[in-house]
Amino acid sequence: MSDRHEHAHLPDTVLRVKALESLLVEKGLVDPAALDTLIETYEHKVGPRNGSRVVARAWSDPDFKQRLLRNASAAIAELGFTGRQGEDMVVLENSEKVHNMVVCTLCSCYPWPVLGLPPVWYKSAPYRARAVIDPRGVLKEFGVELPETTEIRVWDSTAEVRYLVLPMRPRDSEGMDEEALAELVTRDSMIGTGLPLSPSQVPSSK
Amino acid sequence: MPNRTDLEALPDIPMDDDGPVFREPWEAQAFAMTLELHQQGRFSWPEWARYLHQEIDKAKQSGDPDLGDTYYQHWLAALENICVDKKITSGEALAERKEAWDRAARSTPHGEPIELDRAIRRGEFDK
Repeated sequence: MSDRHEHAHLPDTVLRVKALESLLVEKGLVDPAALDTLIETYEHKVGPRNGSRVVARAWSDPDFKQRLLRNASAAIAELGFTGRQGEDMVVLENSEKVHNMVVCTLCSCYPWPVLGLPPVWYKSAPYRARAVIDPRGVLKEFGVELPETTEIRVWDSTAEVRYLVLPMRPRDSEGMDEEALAELVTRDSMIGTGLPLSPSQVPSSK
Repeated sequence: MPNRTDLEALPDIPMDDDGPVFREPWEAQAFAMTLELHQQGRFSWPEWARYLHQEIDKAKQSGDPDLGDTYYQHWLAALENICVDKKITSGEALAERKEAWDRAARSTPHGEPIELDRAIRRGEFDK
């Protein structure tokens, strides 16, 4: 079911949760910050970190990567992950020349089947506004400094298209298998606000 | 945070080895609100389990095959019920506010944050 009007149309359950939450917050019964903290605890439990497996497969299987870049929804479905509304996924490949970064303030536009829950900051209006105007500055705040020669492209999710960033494979990750590679893929690296971990940053005991 | 025993006291909550799992963000939000209210002593955990049980039983009786995918719909209904029964809010307030969010969402161009109109909120909803 696509929304041709490009206006948000939230499902019944989402509206009910928002209604209850806004009433509880106004009455001072729940603190939005406390809710966010609690939700962050479970962040990785939503749509378990499927995206990292997609990225790890693309890093280790060039044929899969080609299919992924050509038709992301179909390639992601090969791994058994599908969105519920049949929204189209588009994968954006990072390179030395281009760094992709995704924004959208509507939680309904976030590809949670592959990325899990959106981080709290992602939903904030200032993030979206600033990401468009000053992407390099925003990235710097996330601790990501890219060479001046790297072009930064900012993508705004639409009602029909959800983006997933394919980060560059870390240099010192040769010889690692898919499972080990998946450990290097952070959520932020798939939104484009972070880089994958280097193998030395991953604790040896799982 | 409730411990594992608390969570296991609830009917068939979807869990893996590390704890509860959610299918969509709103499910985690409903879960988090319930925990917050419980921690503030608005209701006890056994009381909550009873409300949840009631909703699930009701759904089963009306033909829900109960495959787990509707779990948080029952959770949300139970949370609304307990909030109304505890006079935390009313059914009318919930319905009005839901309608307001729906209006806000429909009138928000894609990509803008959805916000309740402050004037509407003050006029219609504040006590």
